[in-house]
Amino acid sequence: MSLKDKLVTSYFAFEDNLADDSPIHTMRNDAIKNFEATGFPTKKDEEWKYTSLRSLLKTDYSIFPKPLDRTIEFREVKNYFLHDVDTYKIVFIDGVYSSFLSETTHDSIDVCLLSSALAKPKYKPVLEAYFNKAAKKDSLSSLNTAFAKEGAYIHIPKHKEVEKPIEIINFSTGTESAALLQPRNLVVVGENSHVQIIERHQSLSENPVFTNSVTEVFAEKRAFVDYYKIQNDVSTASLIDSTYISQERESNCRLHTFSFGGKLTRNNLNFYQKGERCNSTLNGITILEDKQHVDHNTLVHHTQPNCESHQDYKGIFDDASTGVFNGKVLVDSIAQKIDAFQQNNNILISDKATINSKPQLEIFADDVACSHGCTIGQLDEEALFYLRSRGIAQKEARALLMYAFANNVLESVKIPELKRRINKLIAEKIGVSVGFQL
Amino acid sequence: MLHIENLHAGVEEKDILKGINLDVKPGEVHAIMGPNGSGKSTFASVISGKEEFEVHKGIMEFEGEDITELDPEERAHKGLFLSFQYPVEIPGVTVTNFIKTAINETRKAKGLKEMPAGEMLKKIKEKADMLEIDRKFLSRSLNEGFSGGEKKRNEIFQLAMMEPKLAILDETDSGLDIDALKVVANGVNKLKSKDNAIIVITHYQRLLEYIVPDFVHVLVDGKIVKSGDKSLAYELEEKGYDWIKEEMKAV
Repeated sequence: MSLKDKLVTSYFAFEDNLADDSPIHTMRNDAIKNFEATGFPTKKDEEWKYTSLRSLLKTDYSIFPKPLDRTIEFREVKNYFLHDVDTYKIVFIDGVYSSFLSETTHDSIDVCLLSSALAKPKYKPVLEAYFNKAAKKDSLSSLNTAFAKEGAYIHIPKHKEVEKPIEIINFSTGTESAALLQPRNLVVVGENSHVQIIERHQSLSENPVFTNSVTEVFAEKRAFVDYYKIQNDVSTASLIDSTYISQERESNCRLHTFSFGGKLTRNNLNFYQKGERCNSTLNGITILEDKQHVDHNTLVHHTQPNCESHQDYKGIFDDASTGVFNGKVLVDSIAQKIDAFQQNNNILISDKATINSKPQLEIFADDVACSHGCTIGQLDEEALFYLRSRGIAQKEARALLMYAFANNVLESVKIPELKRRINKLIAEKIGVSVGFQL
Repeated sequence: MLHIENLHAGVEEKDILKGINLDVKPGEVHAIMGPNGSGKSTFASVISGKEEFEVHKGIMEFEGEDITELDPEERAHKGLFLSFQYPVEIPGVTVTNFIKTAINETRKAKGLKEMPAGEMLKKIKEKADMLEIDRKFLSRSLNEGFSGGEKKRNEIFQLAMMEPKLAILDETDSGLDIDALKVVANGVNKLKSKDNAIIVITHYQRLLEYIVPDFVHVLVDGKIVKSGDKSLAYELEEKGYDWIKEEMKAV
């Protein structure tokens, strides 16, 4: 049986166990029909031209992985958390909430679970207003919606500055020979409120994991959202991350993606600017080796005037790794005075590495400033010689140039400990021990 | 200190340097002059170990040790320094962090501990002042958007920080106005001692008025065709390079 058939068949058994009065009951049924009609995307689909799921879909995944029969101690997974700063933590193990590792709150803000939000009537108005309202109805997001039952639920009311960063971590432990996980996150940030979120998916075994994650973020008027995705999973793990960010006027949303690990990673990142004077930032550092594959598929949809968007993606590709950057900027005819900037720079370290970079600007307004730039190159030999002639050994010189290349994106990380950690991850990935302070 | 004998080097099979002989002793200043395309910059690159050039024949020793096969960084660790004719722009690395990394990597290679931060800072301040370098300049990205003069001054700043045994100044005068030239030359002169040596590579005699050479060598078509004292530089300035070429033909 194909994975698609298995999913559709399993859905009905899954659905039977759910209450009919769930606020998302009808949505689920529509979503599975949608998925059944479209199936998994193939390379024939323009948006998936450079990323094939074919080999991934051959694996027989367990759709409802069995839970781990022991408790995971904090010390086993400590490294995946920030520890110099106090944080809220929403932790899932094989798709199941771990109250033991989590630190949630209902004290004036809600940092908790989607499952409890779905179960309790008091959350119903929020769910009805926001759940699945920003997500595209494409096949993978529909598949996630059909099976959505767990994930982070974050609701920040008006005028709240959330002082602690919120960490959302999905662990998988390998209880099954292969597992499919479908976390679903909902983040609603009220007027004039601030929040910082860090999300990661982490396998604790080598058993293949396929994660199809969907996150919806709603930023109300003047809200500020700073969102970090750390993608440094084991080489057998694959991730499709679809994130939808809906912005009201004067809101500022920044999303940073650090992709160093994993087998196949696809980021579908969609920003919708629904009010005037919105500001959106999308940036990322991708450093790959072996046969790793990362695909950044971004969309910024400017529907209102006087807004800005900034995209800056840096990629360093070694061995036979492959990268894709497909960045679309859409400017509606009424969206005048838009300042949209897009930049994608890549360094290929090996002859076998590949990058496909495709900017797409669709502009229907006539008074806008839109620019894009894309470069693909090697490390500059002249610069290497210059550094080496000053006593910096070849390996360190190469690393220094790679750091320098990625530096402006790293500078955008506003949580100092996170910045240090990413710095360290980059050093490990490049294979040097020197800590350059740039 | 530097002993070069019958050095043939170039790109792939082709010789650009065709049998150079040069001996530099501690405390000496040598000038290498020559017309465009004579191999001056190639000579500087070959001594520093640039990989695109291959040594085909001859001897190249630094302090009695064969350096032909050494990497550029190993030569730097031994005390060789090249001031670039065209310093490379490296966005994202500040002048200060670059020089700190260079010094500490060199110390590491020698088995020394990192230079204490306070000492480093003091040294940076002292050398920057000597070269009349604005403090703001030090937190800018290395050479990015620098004027020609700023780039050259930055090279000499690095030279002052690294304190090499042998400094090769490749066309350091190009792009400098007379005031900047004096500051740079003054900086170089302050670094001169009986233990280190300088090779000045230049097309014109101008810089040599400020950094006075003990020896002047004329490089034409990959060979040193004439050597003399500083008066040779004036002669070249007056007569150009053609008379030397004529002399060579006659021989």
